[in-house]
Amino acid sequence: MIRLDGVEKTYRTRRGDLVRAVEDVTLHVEENEFVTLVGPSGCGKSTLLRLVAGLTPVTRGAIRVRDTAVSEPFTDVGFVFQQPVLLPWRSVLDNVLFSVEMLGLEPRQYRKQASDLLELTGLGGFETKYPRELSGGMQQRVAICRALLPDPSLLLMDEPFGALDAMTREEMSLELLRVWEERRKTILFVTHSIPEAILLADRVVVMTARPGRIARILEIGLPRPRTIESEFDPRFKAASDEVRSLIFARRAATR
Amino acid sequence: MIRRRIVGDYLVPAATLVGVLVAWEAATHAFRIPRFVMPAPSAILAEGWDWRYRFLGHAWVTLYETLGGFALSIVVGVPLAVLIVYSPTLKNALYPLIVLAQSVPKIAIAPVLLLMLGHGEIPKVIVAFLVAFFPVVVDTATGLAATPPELLDLSRSYRASAFKTFLKVRLPMAMPFFFAGAKVAITLSVIGAVVGEFVGSDKGLGYVILSATSYWKTELAFSSMILLSVMAIVLFGAVALVERLVCPWLAPAGEE
Repeated sequence: MIRLDGVEKTYRTRRGDLVRAVEDVTLHVEENEFVTLVGPSGCGKSTLLRLVAGLTPVTRGAIRVRDTAVSEPFTDVGFVFQQPVLLPWRSVLDNVLFSVEMLGLEPRQYRKQASDLLELTGLGGFETKYPRELSGGMQQRVAICRALLPDPSLLLMDEPFGALDAMTREEMSLELLRVWEERRKTILFVTHSIPEAILLADRVVVMTARPGRIARILEIGLPRPRTIESEFDPRFKAASDEVRSLIFARRAATR
Repeated sequence: MIRRRIVGDYLVPAATLVGVLVAWEAATHAFRIPRFVMPAPSAILAEGWDWRYRFLGHAWVTLYETLGGFALSIVVGVPLAVLIVYSPTLKNALYPLIVLAQSVPKIAIAPVLLLMLGHGEIPKVIVAFLVAFFPVVVDTATGLAATPPELLDLSRSYRASAFKTFLKVRLPMAMPFFFAGAKVAITLSVIGAVVGEFVGSDKGLGYVILSATSYWKTELAFSSMILLSVMAIVLFGAVALVERLVCPWLAPAGEE
């Protein structure tokens, strides 16, 4: 569904220096595949998501989504960021409806679906609350509902659980998997957490730091649906060791 | 709990105020302070009561000069803030001018303005506006620029127009900032109106204070001052009330 071919992105900083964020990235993502991108800070993972969404143009190479070259934002995509970035003046329900509203659709026709999504993510009964009355994990669930409401076929998630505590984080990962089993989508998911990357993914893309390149792509053969038990599977441990050694070997080499 | 709150929030400050007034009253009698130097609170109150009908007319003049200046500071300040945030060129062009206008002492401008615009209320409205518009521009611009970049990305990824993003995201995001500026602006407008009246007028509370002091009627000057303070407090409260109505999500939790 997504094809990145030899993608490179170079930024010019305010001071005029050129910074190469990602280099020579070639990656093909299948329809309804769950792909996680893992790597050290500053490896251009977030840049890659912005490139796929068409929010910023590539310097070299090409990105195609469903055989259409990406040159500007397209609407079949949902975005979830590290911060929930909800609108503090809107109720939970109206925050979920924000996406369809910005897409130019009639929000009233989506109220039922928005409520259903909130129900699905365990937020039934919170429709009229303001975001600040919710915990960080609940706010992030609202942000996920907002992204899911227009039913995009592609979901881009930029460290969505990065600001949450470890326990909430694990809970949210399993919940995301549950939602994904129910409503299949192609997901590109950026994370710093190796266990999170493995638990979620069909394939894990390991990246190196500046400029961001793909070090290796790992197939995760763990059976689905995955649970907390999946982490005790020897294959989980093996994959985790491999990712860790890839990241730390490179880091030691650059010292 | 509630009882303790009433004591702490109302009784303690009220008792302090009454205590200060009693000490003041006693001091003026005990030390025989001449009334034109420091009148007793009772004398100020009596004078104010005598003037109650004449005060109405003067207070009205000062009030509408203040409101005029405040309204103008918003009508001019908010669009200026929008221009500054959306256009780097205009920002470079306008910001130095705005800061320059802010750094000129308004009391120094007032006589010149009166010379240019003549007497009447308009020059006072202009002075009030000049004093008040700066916080409106700066705070609104800060608020408009405070939108998280992720939200702007989100709007762009949904292909929403810049105007729609402004209306649905940036403008409401700036509201708390705007009101912070507006609350400063309303109290500054009162100061501006009075400064304008000091320079040359025959109406308004500023005029009453000026002429009262030149006739050694200190009680009258004091009662006008009190009236001005009450007016400023009520106006501030009114802006704060509008803020609560426009931005209900800012109310502290559990207070709805």
